[in-house]
Amino acid sequence: MNRPTPALRVTDLTTRFNTQDGTVHAVNGVSFDLADGEVLGVVGESGSGKSVTMMSLLRLIPTPPGEIAAGEAIFEDGDLLSMGLDDLREVRGGKIGFIFQDPMTSLNPVVTVGDQIVESLTVHQPARRSVMRARALELLQLVGIPSPEDRLRSYPHELSGGMRQRVMIAIALACNPRILVADEPTTALDVTIQAQILELVKDLRAKLGMAVIWITHDLGVVAGLVDRVLVMYGGQIVEDALVDELYADPRHPYTQGLLASLPSAISRGQRLVSIVGQPPDMRQSPTSCSFAPRCPHAFDRCHGENPQLIAASATHKVACWLDEVPVLVGTAGATTGEGGDHDR
Amino acid sequence: MTAEAAAAEPEAPEVLVSVRDLKKHFPVTKGALRRKVGSVRAVDGVSFDIERGHTLGLVGESGSGKSTIGRTLLRLEEPTDGTVVFDGGDLAGLSSAALRKVRPRMQMVFQDPHACLNPRMTVSSIIGEPLVEHLSMSSRERNERVEELLGLVGLNPEHANRYPHEFSGGQRQRIGIARAIALNPDLIVCDEPIAALDVSIQAQVVNLMEELQDLLGLTYLFISHDLGMVRHIADRVAVMYLGRIMELADVDDLYEHPLHPYTRALQSSAPVPNPATEATREKIVLEGDIPSPSSPPPGCVFSTRCPEAVDRCRSEVPVWREVAPGHGVACHLVD
Repeated sequence: MNRPTPALRVTDLTTRFNTQDGTVHAVNGVSFDLADGEVLGVVGESGSGKSVTMMSLLRLIPTPPGEIAAGEAIFEDGDLLSMGLDDLREVRGGKIGFIFQDPMTSLNPVVTVGDQIVESLTVHQPARRSVMRARALELLQLVGIPSPEDRLRSYPHELSGGMRQRVMIAIALACNPRILVADEPTTALDVTIQAQILELVKDLRAKLGMAVIWITHDLGVVAGLVDRVLVMYGGQIVEDALVDELYADPRHPYTQGLLASLPSAISRGQRLVSIVGQPPDMRQSPTSCSFAPRCPHAFDRCHGENPQLIAASATHKVACWLDEVPVLVGTAGATTGEGGDHDR
Repeated sequence: MTAEAAAAEPEAPEVLVSVRDLKKHFPVTKGALRRKVGSVRAVDGVSFDIERGHTLGLVGESGSGKSTIGRTLLRLEEPTDGTVVFDGGDLAGLSSAALRKVRPRMQMVFQDPHACLNPRMTVSSIIGEPLVEHLSMSSRERNERVEELLGLVGLNPEHANRYPHEFSGGQRQRIGIARAIALNPDLIVCDEPIAALDVSIQAQVVNLMEELQDLLGLTYLFISHDLGMVRHIADRVAVMYLGRIMELADVDDLYEHPLHPYTRALQSSAPVPNPATEATREKIVLEGDIPSPSSPPPGCVFSTRCPEAVDRCRSEVPVWREVAPGHGVACHLVD
């Protein structure tokens, strides 16, 4: 597949946090491309490094204790990780918009909604105040806020959670970004409100054509929204596939376990398939596969060597030794008996 | 169950909890004198039964009153009106001394495994606390029981002297469950027990809860907003909206033949982890937000968001009707 120049190309991103309890290896060599107009889902559990990856791209990680130790993120001929702060400020909120999980902590409680949108425009696209007010109104209409004229003068606490998240989206879209990064934007919302926001984002993407990076732990949300999925575990991308392929043919044992553990209409009366054990301790440096202690197929190599993301097909990459050496699956199966973890 | 009842109707399931027209209104006060200016109708007239050994799922959005029902059921909140009959006795009238005798039989598992365990107590004193409070055990007996409980919930009994912060979220929830089953309760109110856990850990905890239910004959009130998980674990499901039950039915009936427009919308809003289904299925996207329970709309509380509402819905409160055996609904539009 001959992909055009990606909107964003991330190579070998590594972020660490140096804490009193030791170094936390939050992101370990993450590489991916994002095409223009593509909706990319990033799935993982808490601590898998999905948020830190995206925060690192815009250098929103507090340093210290954080440290972007290695990597490159090429966006419009510049490296986001090494460019000057003035240039970076152009990108943040301008060419790359960000939506966070909790709109109440991201919005300023003492500034009206209208002024917060105008603030973003003032920084990136300054114009006469009346012009920017008009643009703010247009944005509130765009994100489907009822009686937008009145809402321009509202403070965030006067709005419901869903409405606040719409305001966040309006701010993120204010400068027509090329990429919109959304970090668990619907996790704090009720399902009926989540459904509204998902419809809105699909609609906006069709209208405006920006690329979207959607971070979530919800495999259901991903299924309905995105084109391609990155599955993260232990600070690494363990699988990268088109959404249909990922659900139809998950290759990494972690992805397989996640999909199998979801309850379904037919799982009643049976035990759910669960992934044994606990999430990894991120203080250990990634010298082996971080999923190996919980993996039913793990064999010697998994404990000694960290697999890298390799292409299984043009649209499907996986970081697993099993996939590289499929003949070993049989022998690996024989060793699962030692996984006494079942009793934990 | 009495011997006669068992002999007469061997198949009839025994009702452990029977709730009738339960209301819980919280006063809204204003000014220095805390004058009452209104009330939040968190729970506004709900009725349901839970059969012994079964699981009732309680689903709804935040603010629908699910948690308040759980807390009022255990009389952690005094009900404003209505009755809660637990194993034949009405809880509402009980004195605090009499209530203390019943309390061991009703326990609760909380949502946030970080907030519900005292960080300064060891696991063994957390799990042992109900044993100290309600039973007279020697410390050796107590330690044995704590070890047994830790084993039951799949934790290593050698970790009894550790503190909560040394455990992960899923393990902490296991500690909360061990504490809840310490006194051999009949009923456990599970208030969003898996909402704060990672996906790969949720299945572990749900499996544990099902195993314990089979082993100990527990009855659950399972409060959740996760419709998929409720379908997995519950026998019957009640759908709540703004303090009222909109629909109550056996789990398969409710999921396969939802009658109330809100039930249908709620199901439709829950994303399906299957791209092919997601691409083709028809979605009902509700407009607007859940209204404030301090000023619920007149008529049917769902009428402001209901895509099918007619004039009657906005003026007349729909009566609860049983449309099929065991399947009740509160909607004017259902025949």
